[in-house]
Amino acid sequence: MEKTTEEPICAAFSDGSLTVRVVGEVDHHSAGVLREKLDRQLYLYHPREFILSLSGVSFMDSSGLGLILGRLAVCRHFGCTMRLCDADERMLRIFRLAGMERISGLTVDGLSKERRDRQ
Amino acid sequence: MKAVNEIRIQIPALSVNEGSCRALVGAFCAQADPNLEELADIKCSVSEAVTNCIVHAYGGRGGMIYITVGLYEDRQIRIEIRDRGCGIADVAAAMQPLFTTDRSGERSGMGFSVMENFMSRLSVSSTVGRGTRVVMWKKLS
Repeated sequence: MEKTTEEPICAAFSDGSLTVRVVGEVDHHSAGVLREKLDRQLYLYHPREFILSLSGVSFMDSSGLGLILGRLAVCRHFGCTMRLCDADERMLRIFRLAGMERISGLTVDGLSKERRDRQ
Repeated sequence: MKAVNEIRIQIPALSVNEGSCRALVGAFCAQADPNLEELADIKCSVSEAVTNCIVHAYGGRGGMIYITVGLYEDRQIRIEIRDRGCGIADVAAAMQPLFTTDRSGERSGMGFSVMENFMSRLSVSSTVGRGTRVVMWKKLS
């Protein structure tokens, strides 16, 4: 497994899967830098699966949502799927408001897509 | 109704101040003893309104943001966030979920929806060319 560490993100690439952990506050101010860093990783590795871990995020508003949707667009360009994990209840509330469980190519751990698919 | 205590903040519309705005408002509201959830709701809503001033009202060109936070009886908090930017022609349309004028694909259009859902009450008034005023109330448990 190849590892790169670059604050405020921490990335690992293995077997076609790129995992990035975002650290700190995600608002409109930090989103610009994060966008650049995340895109650099995506363009570098061209993964089949992009996993974004939000466990290190201490604050997020709807600018974070915009950042995620923007990266999903980049992923689609590569034919890559995207998965969000470790979102806290507060982030999930924002994701639910935006109907993110209905977006194709995106899986959000903790949102009830599985239940809908079974119906 | 008169505020029991009030703070006024005047701060340049710079993105670096987004964190300062929510931290300042959060610190002042803390004296009303909100729970962690309520405090996080307030900070997130302030962040949304302030970001709107910076990105939309002033279009990233700077200007001033005027914030008034009032603590009222019955554990109510009133937060007013005002700008003297471009204004919103159709407020009702702007408040629709996923509405954005942004073409880059990097803005979610969920700012007003977050404020509406995280706060107890939200009102938005705007005049094109004059600016926008957002008033949010939070009733603490």
